[in-house]
Amino acid sequence: MNLLSWRWPRIFNTGLRAQIIKELLLTLRDRQARIFLTVSPLMQLLLFTFSATLEVQNATVVVHNQDTGRWSQELMADLSAARFVGEMRTVAGNSDLHDAIQDREALLAIVIPPDFSRQVAAGQPAPLQVIIDGRRANAGQVAMGYIETIASRFGTRYLPPSQQPPEMIAVRHWFNPNLIFIWFIVPSLVGTMAMLVPLMVASMSIARERELGTFDQLLVSPTTPTEIIIAKALPAMAIGSVLGLVMVGAGVFGFGVPFHGSVLALGFATMLFIMSVVGLGLMISSICATQQQAMLGTFATTVPMILLSGFATPIENMPEILQRVAEAIPAKHYLIILQGSFLKAIPLAEIWHNAWPLAVIAVVTLVVAVGLVKSRLQ
Amino acid sequence: MKSGKKSSGHHLSPGRIAALIRKESLQAVRDPSTLLIAFVLPVVLLFLFAYAVSLDIRKVPIAVVLEADTEAGQSLAAAFAASRYFTVQPARDRREVAGELTAGRLKGYVVIPQDFERRIASGQRGPWVQIITDGSEPNRATFVAGYAQGVVKNWLEMRGLAPPSAVDVRSRVWFNPELESRRILVPGAIAIIMTLIGTLLTALVVAREWERGTMEALFSTPARVAEILIGKMLPYFVLGLLATLGSTVLALTVFDVPLRGSWGALLLLSAVFMMPALGQGLVISVLAKNQFIACQFALFTGFMPAFLLSGFLFEIESMPVVIRAMTYAVPARYFVAALQTVFLAGDVWPVLLPSIAAMLAIGAVFFAIARVKLRRSLDR
Repeated sequence: MNLLSWRWPRIFNTGLRAQIIKELLLTLRDRQARIFLTVSPLMQLLLFTFSATLEVQNATVVVHNQDTGRWSQELMADLSAARFVGEMRTVAGNSDLHDAIQDREALLAIVIPPDFSRQVAAGQPAPLQVIIDGRRANAGQVAMGYIETIASRFGTRYLPPSQQPPEMIAVRHWFNPNLIFIWFIVPSLVGTMAMLVPLMVASMSIARERELGTFDQLLVSPTTPTEIIIAKALPAMAIGSVLGLVMVGAGVFGFGVPFHGSVLALGFATMLFIMSVVGLGLMISSICATQQQAMLGTFATTVPMILLSGFATPIENMPEILQRVAEAIPAKHYLIILQGSFLKAIPLAEIWHNAWPLAVIAVVTLVVAVGLVKSRLQ
Repeated sequence: MKSGKKSSGHHLSPGRIAALIRKESLQAVRDPSTLLIAFVLPVVLLFLFAYAVSLDIRKVPIAVVLEADTEAGQSLAAAFAASRYFTVQPARDRREVAGELTAGRLKGYVVIPQDFERRIASGQRGPWVQIITDGSEPNRATFVAGYAQGVVKNWLEMRGLAPPSAVDVRSRVWFNPELESRRILVPGAIAIIMTLIGTLLTALVVAREWERGTMEALFSTPARVAEILIGKMLPYFVLGLLATLGSTVLALTVFDVPLRGSWGALLLLSAVFMMPALGQGLVISVLAKNQFIACQFALFTGFMPAFLLSGFLFEIESMPVVIRAMTYAVPARYFVAALQTVFLAGDVWPVLLPSIAAMLAIGAVFFAIARVKLRRSLDR
């Protein structure tokens, strides 16, 4: 192995070098494992980027039009032209409408009352009833927002220009003026995916040796617990950091998400993030006696971490106590840095503001992991 | 396989099956990680989905920049402060708050300009109020812009400054009138929990046996393949149903989710869903025969799709055609829709029956694949 003859910094003595190389080879030896560490995260990034959308598109809408006038026809034309509507179906009666919602055929049902056109013509607010399937309330609410926009434009569309009301409110979306959803989801997914692989690799490392019984041999060898943790941490960190940077690259060059931040600062934050994740993985690994326990333990911590990281839902909606818990989750801080680096040109001070908790988490978890290994010695 | 001792006795022996089930159950119960996944994680997940994961818009932090202290400006700022959708930070200058938007601590701000009162009095063209949002979170930006516009429009209408809108949209939400996202997410979370027990746990347990060679040892005993598989699967089937029962009781008592359908339909659905879930776990374990690979496989083909492609968090209709086509192969897709219906709408058989048929079909495919692969790997 010419890796061994490579010029290592002096703190790595021969034994440590050999161990680090052994760990790296052990992780990358298996063809199936190599695929799961490299190809699979990128494939998932591709798949989930396009599936994880909170926009509403292609929705089925049923309309029960009780009005015979012109205005209801105009409104229906506006609605069926809307981008979120995939299929618009008219139904003849209330029971059909009821069934369409109950059987999940339609997201929304719209009832246009009999005197709709008369009221529009008379300049009175014409009532329009929208029924939302509460089983899909989130999508329903988003679609409801689209309908309200259509409705608010509807009244003014046929007025002559001189009577058009003045534009009263100007809306501007910073960082992502056209609200392109991919620009949001790609950085979030990159952070989440970059977390999974090093966490898994680290959490398997000690547990595998314990299951196979080689861990006891390691303990009776001259290696110190700190060296064991270093030897386990570095390969996982190397794999994780490379993967993380490749994913960021895929986001920029593959998905065309603008990158306004500092590459150097993001690289530094990524290292800290991966280190904290690896620390966490080693902590789990040193508690577990078998690989199965390590995997399930990792899994049982990963899912809550993803949910509390603000990946899928905003943190400020959470109860106070869970917001505190979120502070201890590496991904929460890293996602802010990532999203800021991609879209916002986040200032260095803000990066630091979110990077130091990562450093704290990394130090604490790694020290605890060393402690746990030490306690095995006694 | 049809030769030798395997063909002795064409009928399944209840005694052997009972003994195998006993062995597998003891093995499952003895491992603390099984109990973690079957009983602790479900409680944690239900709790998180009930309280932490919420897409509702309330208390979004925004700033209201009031550039001049006029009566009208203060009144509009007060209207924002009174809105239950926003937590308002008052400011005098937009430069104070722009940095907060970049840092992500504010999700938007509203500027009430210096000459606001003059502009509305003269009916002057050009915007009277400016709304800036943090577009890096598009969904929330849309909501913030929408609700902020709503606040301004209401205020203008109240003061008689804007004509009432031509169409008055009134919405009603069926099955969940209070729009509690908990009531949608908790039934969905049950589907995730069942996927974990059925697919992840089973894949790991069986893969470990392959890794250690105990699976081959089992096959060399007089027990028939079907008996071994029944013995392996049944304890996890029961574990899955127990977890559903426990989760449902929690959902009804603690998380305030109604059960408008029947317990019978709920249990039937859960039992049917265990078929594809267990079948998938079995296929993964036969293909991987190594715990690490099996775990990754189970996560990426079982858990992640159940989470992202089932319609639980993200609308299937909104996905691109190719991905929408893929969701038809995800058993959780049918289970999530059916569970949400049983909990919130009732026993709507036009929804439940096609879901049951689809889950059974997927389950049959998985077991067929497992059978072929198993036979091939035993012959080798």
